[in-house]
Amino acid sequence: MTDSPAILSLKSVRKMFGSQAAVDSINLDIAEGEFFTIVGPSGSGKTTMLRMLAGMDTPTSGDILLRGARINDLPANKRPTCMVFQSLALFPHRTVGQNIEFPLKIRGETQEKRKARALQLMDLLRLPQSYYGKNVLKCSGGERQRVALARALAYDPQILFFDEPLSAIDYKLRKTLEKELKDIHRETKKTFVYITHSLEEAMVMSDRIGVMRDGKLVQVGTPHEIYSAPNTRFVSEFVGDVNVLPVTLGKDGLLHSPLDGTSIRPPQIPLGFKEGHLVIRPEFLRFTSKEDGADNTVTGRLYNEYVLGSRIQYQVRVRDTVFVVEKLRQQAFSGKLDDDVTIGWDAADAILVTD
Amino acid sequence: MRLGQGERAAIPVILFLAAGFAAPLFAVIWFSFMPPRSFSFAGAVTLENYRIIFDGTNYISFLWSLGLAFLTVILLAIICYPVAYGLVRVFGRWSMLVTLLFTIPLFVSENIRLYGWVLFFIKNGVLLGSLKSLFGLQLESMLFSLPAIIFGMVYVYLPFMLFPMSLGISMVPAETRDAAFDLGASRWQVFTEVELPLSMPGIVIGFLLTFVLAVGAIAEAKVMGGQQVIPITHDIEIAFTYAQNWPLGAALSVLLMLVVGFLVLLALRRFDLDSFLGRR
Repeated sequence: MTDSPAILSLKSVRKMFGSQAAVDSINLDIAEGEFFTIVGPSGSGKTTMLRMLAGMDTPTSGDILLRGARINDLPANKRPTCMVFQSLALFPHRTVGQNIEFPLKIRGETQEKRKARALQLMDLLRLPQSYYGKNVLKCSGGERQRVALARALAYDPQILFFDEPLSAIDYKLRKTLEKELKDIHRETKKTFVYITHSLEEAMVMSDRIGVMRDGKLVQVGTPHEIYSAPNTRFVSEFVGDVNVLPVTLGKDGLLHSPLDGTSIRPPQIPLGFKEGHLVIRPEFLRFTSKEDGADNTVTGRLYNEYVLGSRIQYQVRVRDTVFVVEKLRQQAFSGKLDDDVTIGWDAADAILVTD
Repeated sequence: MRLGQGERAAIPVILFLAAGFAAPLFAVIWFSFMPPRSFSFAGAVTLENYRIIFDGTNYISFLWSLGLAFLTVILLAIICYPVAYGLVRVFGRWSMLVTLLFTIPLFVSENIRLYGWVLFFIKNGVLLGSLKSLFGLQLESMLFSLPAIIFGMVYVYLPFMLFPMSLGISMVPAETRDAAFDLGASRWQVFTEVELPLSMPGIVIGFLLTFVLAVGAIAEAKVMGGQQVIPITHDIEIAFTYAQNWPLGAALSVLLMLVVGFLVLLALRRFDLDSFLGRR
C-alpha cells in the first residue's frame, strides 16, 4: 500500500490554540487507496487534525497537499473529500433517501439520477430498498451508520474521513460494522482516513496506523509493527494490558530491574540504549518451573484470575509489581489462588523501549 | 368505584383547573346565549347576540385586530431572526448581555412601558422637545396613528418571538451544518436546506405565541393609538363596561376565540411541529 503515490501529504502541519499546540509539526504521507487510522487518547489532537484535513479548520503553519496541490485554505465544500461525523450528523428532517441524495441535490442532479444512485448505494451498504422513504430517525444505530456512509459516498469523494463514528455503538454491532467498513473500503477502492481512540478498532481495519500523543505522531506503521514493535512505552500500553518493567542496561549486557534484584536477559538491544522499559505482552508469559527452558523467570503469588471469554487473565504479584499473564481457555492454568507460582518468558518475546 | 393513587393525587389539580379555567370559559360561552343586556345565567337561550354582531359593524374591529396581529408577526419575524441568529451563533459571550437587555423591560408593566413611549414621542416630549430646543425643529408627533400602534405592538411582543426563535436556532446541531457544508453545500444552501428547516419548530412557536398575544392586544391601540383604531378587544371591553351588555361581550369573546383557534389549528396543520422535530 505504501508504495503507491501519496494522495494526501502533511508537511510540518501545526495548529495552535492560544499558546497551546493542538497539532504539532506533523509530517505524514497517506497513500492512494490506503485505509489509514490515526489513534490517540482524547485530547491528543486527532480530531483537530482531521478537521484540518477535511477543511473545517486551517493549520496555523505547515502545508496540506492533495495530490501535490496545496489545499490549506480550500473550504470543506470545495474539497473532494467527505467526512462521516462522530454524531453522524444525519439530517433529521429528511428521509433515508433524501439524506443520501443530499450531495447530489446540491450538485443539481435530476430526481431520477439521484434516486437511482441512492438505491445503488443502499444496495452496497445492505440497506433494504424499502428504507428509501423511511424517516432517518426511525432507523436503528447500525442503519443510521450505513445511511451516513452512503451519504458520504454519494458525494463521490477522493478521500473519506471518519471521526470515531463507531464509538457510541455496542460491542457486537461495532465488530460487525468494522468488518463491513473494511469490505466497503475494498469495494470502493477509495482512500479512508479514520480516527479512533481504540487501537483494537484500528488494528482490525487499517493498512497503516499512526499513533498520536499530545499533538505529535509518535509512531506510524502497519498494525503488525505497532503491535510487535512499539517504539515507546505509550504505544505499547495503548494496545491493551501489558507488563512494563523499568530496567537499566548493565555492563554485563544484562538488564537489571529494581524487582528482585535479578538480572534479565534482554531482547535485541536498540543502539545506544541505557535505560528504559521492558515490555512483555501477557500472552508471552507462561507458568513454568525454574528448570524449564524460559530465558527469564520470576516467582510470585497467584493473586487473582479473570475470565475474558476465550482467554483467561491471571494476576501474579511479585513484591510490589503485578504481572499480567493471559492463557487461552484450553490452556488454563490449574494453580490455586495464593499459591506461589513461577512465570517466565523468552528474551526475544520482550520489547525494549527507551522512554 | 375506588380511585387509584394517581387519580387521587390529580384531584386537587383537576379541581383547580375546573374552577379556575374551565368554569369561567363555560360561563362566558353560556352568557353569549343569554338575552341582550341581561345579567343572569337563567335567561332564555337565544342567538340574538350573534345576530346583532353579524348585522353590525363589529367585523371592522375583527379585521383590525387580525390585520394588526398579522403585520406584527411579519415585522417581528423580520426583526427577530437576525437577532436570534446573532444571540445563538455570533455574539458569543455578549449574548448574555443582549438577552438581559431584551428581558429586563419585561419586569415593568406593559402599560407603564407604553406610557413611557408616549412621553418619548409626544409633542414637546423627550424626542420632539429635545429636537425643538436643540435645533429649533418643529415636527409633527407620530403618536396616535397606525404606525404608533404597530410600533407599540412590535415593541411589546418582541421577546415572545425572539426567545422561541433563538431556542429553535440553538436546537440545530452544529455538526449537521458542518456536514451539509462538507457535502458541498454553499453557506446559503446550508441555511435553506438545513438550518432554517431545523429551526422551524422555534420559529412556528414564536409565530403562534406572538399572533395569539397580538390578537388580544388592547393597550397599544388605546395608549399609543389614541383610539384611532378600535380593535375587537376594545369592543369587548366596551360591551362589558360602558355598554353594560355582558351577553354581547361574551358573544364577541367566543367569536374571537373561534377565529383565533381556527387560524392556529390551520397553522399547526400546515407546519406540523412533530414532523419538524422528526417524530413522524
